[in-house]
Amino acid sequence: MSAWLDFEKPVFELEQKIEELRAQAQGREAAAQLGELERQAETLRREIYANLTPYQRVQLARHPKRPYALDYVEHCFHGWLELHGDRHFGDDPAIVAGLAFLDERPVMVIGQQKGRDTKENLLRRFGMANPEGYRKALRLMQTAARFRMPIVTLVDTPGAYPGLGAEERGQAEAIAVNLREMARLTVPIVTVVIGEGGSGGALAIAVADTVLMLENSIYSVISPEGCASILWRDGKKGPLAAEALKLTAADLERLEIVDGVLPEPIGGAHRDHAAAAATVRQALRRHLEALSGVPEEELVARRLQRYRRMGVFRDGAESPA
Amino acid sequence: MSWLKRERAGIKGTKTPGVEVPEGLWTKCDGCGEALFQKVLEEHLWTCPHCGHHFRVPARTYLGLLVDEGSFSERDAGLQAGDPLGFRDARMRYPDRLKAAQQETGLKDAAVSGVATIGGKPVAITIMDFFFMGGSMGSVVGELVARSIERAIDERRALVLVSATGGARMQEGILSLMQMAKTSALLARLQDQRLPFLSILTDPSTAGVLASYASLGDVILAEPGSLVGFAGARVIRQTIGEDLPPGFQRAEFVLEKGFVDRIVPRQRMRDEVSQLLEFFWRSTRGFARDGDGSPHAFHPHPPAAGGGVQAGPGSR
Repeated sequence: MSAWLDFEKPVFELEQKIEELRAQAQGREAAAQLGELERQAETLRREIYANLTPYQRVQLARHPKRPYALDYVEHCFHGWLELHGDRHFGDDPAIVAGLAFLDERPVMVIGQQKGRDTKENLLRRFGMANPEGYRKALRLMQTAARFRMPIVTLVDTPGAYPGLGAEERGQAEAIAVNLREMARLTVPIVTVVIGEGGSGGALAIAVADTVLMLENSIYSVISPEGCASILWRDGKKGPLAAEALKLTAADLERLEIVDGVLPEPIGGAHRDHAAAAATVRQALRRHLEALSGVPEEELVARRLQRYRRMGVFRDGAESPA
Repeated sequence: MSWLKRERAGIKGTKTPGVEVPEGLWTKCDGCGEALFQKVLEEHLWTCPHCGHHFRVPARTYLGLLVDEGSFSERDAGLQAGDPLGFRDARMRYPDRLKAAQQETGLKDAAVSGVATIGGKPVAITIMDFFFMGGSMGSVVGELVARSIERAIDERRALVLVSATGGARMQEGILSLMQMAKTSALLARLQDQRLPFLSILTDPSTAGVLASYASLGDVILAEPGSLVGFAGARVIRQTIGEDLPPGFQRAEFVLEKGFVDRIVPRQRMRDEVSQLLEFFWRSTRGFARDGDGSPHAFHPHPPAAGGGVQAGPGSR
């Protein structure tokens, strides 16, 4: 592991020490020392990861080694067959979509996909979709609905791509149409925010019956840096904005925007992709099972109600009847 | 993404309409620089008689330009924002920011809602106000729009939404974002009900609002020169590393790209909306539900104003 975040450093240093000691350790004394170090490491991990600041969660959500959509596809499903294109303009690699089995159940999987290296990130634009990405997602979700296949969406994007072409091809319209059309799909939709839930670009594939967040994922109306540059006039005040925006999984559960928080392996999902995916797979199973018996009309009505009640305001009721 | 574009100078320069204005005040046109006499501006519905520049106007002023005189009856005027995040930025708490905006505009939040007639046709209408925190959409604006959609459905009215906004309101965080889903989801129901939705875009109509209800009109009309786009110009410039082409994200550009139906000068807006509603009114025999009669007085050639809807006070 080369890349670690500042606050992860003490843990990694200790773990390295343990590794070295283990490599050369012989005898009872070394074993005792090893045990002691491991206890220390465990305590340190608990301390650090139990008290993460919102901005540290933001950093974990963006961690370059964090599992991405295709990693979950690999671990949670089988028989994955990717499908491409919006049938109008092109294919957008920032959104992957395709058919897969969850156990015996055929599902449509849609996910925002970041790149592992510079070359891949160039291709996938760091998971920031163009309009054709959102239109591909909708096309395949509608196909799924026609064939009574539940839909799983995996959210991980800094936001919709803010480019010239994106504007020319109707980024806003593409997102808006997805919001409206997802609201009336007649099959269960489960969304998991696996990393960054960046604003409208995230929401455009996240109008669902059940929305879950991984423990260290975030979901926000604007990036902390973007918010800071407007309200603090200083993009470097991201940590302050991250606190103010209430964008952590725990915050969103408290605000009743998401239905559950999925625990990550200690240290974050990037420390153990398989374990993180196992949690996601179990959650998907459970929630798709719970939704599978709901009649279509009720499903759609409930989904509408889920969003209809969102909002915090007082009603002075001064208006004439 | 920049959700909120601050244009201090612009706000000051166009603040005047509808508010008490000292007689004989001159306003410099943002378009051509011409000094304009207040009264002349007002006569031209806050557009420049020289270059046609459309000044931003408060919601209540726009209301007066758009609906039949005396037909407006306000609804849900009591809705007020909460502070779900306990938000505080570098300078102030969100509740204080709200209070300041309320004092400045005389509004409770960034939109005015109600029922009215336009060309005699019954509408449920919400008009956004850019002067209230940049016309940002939080829970209250989302709720006003949502209730307008429901009112259109319940009372068989056309829906008219006028946008003037920098996007979602950061101070309500994720709750603002969810207003996009809330309003768009309800528009699916409106579509099923065969009721027309006219979306009117004024300067500016951007970000989270454009990426939800504003882009979903059966017909989308835009005022000339208005800024219509998703991402902020600064963000795009950073992304592509070069300057934006002239006219980028202006209504005329967006028309050319196929995302609005018509550019309509303010002087013609009421007439065009009336004319559009006439088509839908006739085809649905008075916005009637399938297999039902119209709940409104439906005449094949309806009277000029007030057809079948009680007129309310233009409340303030």
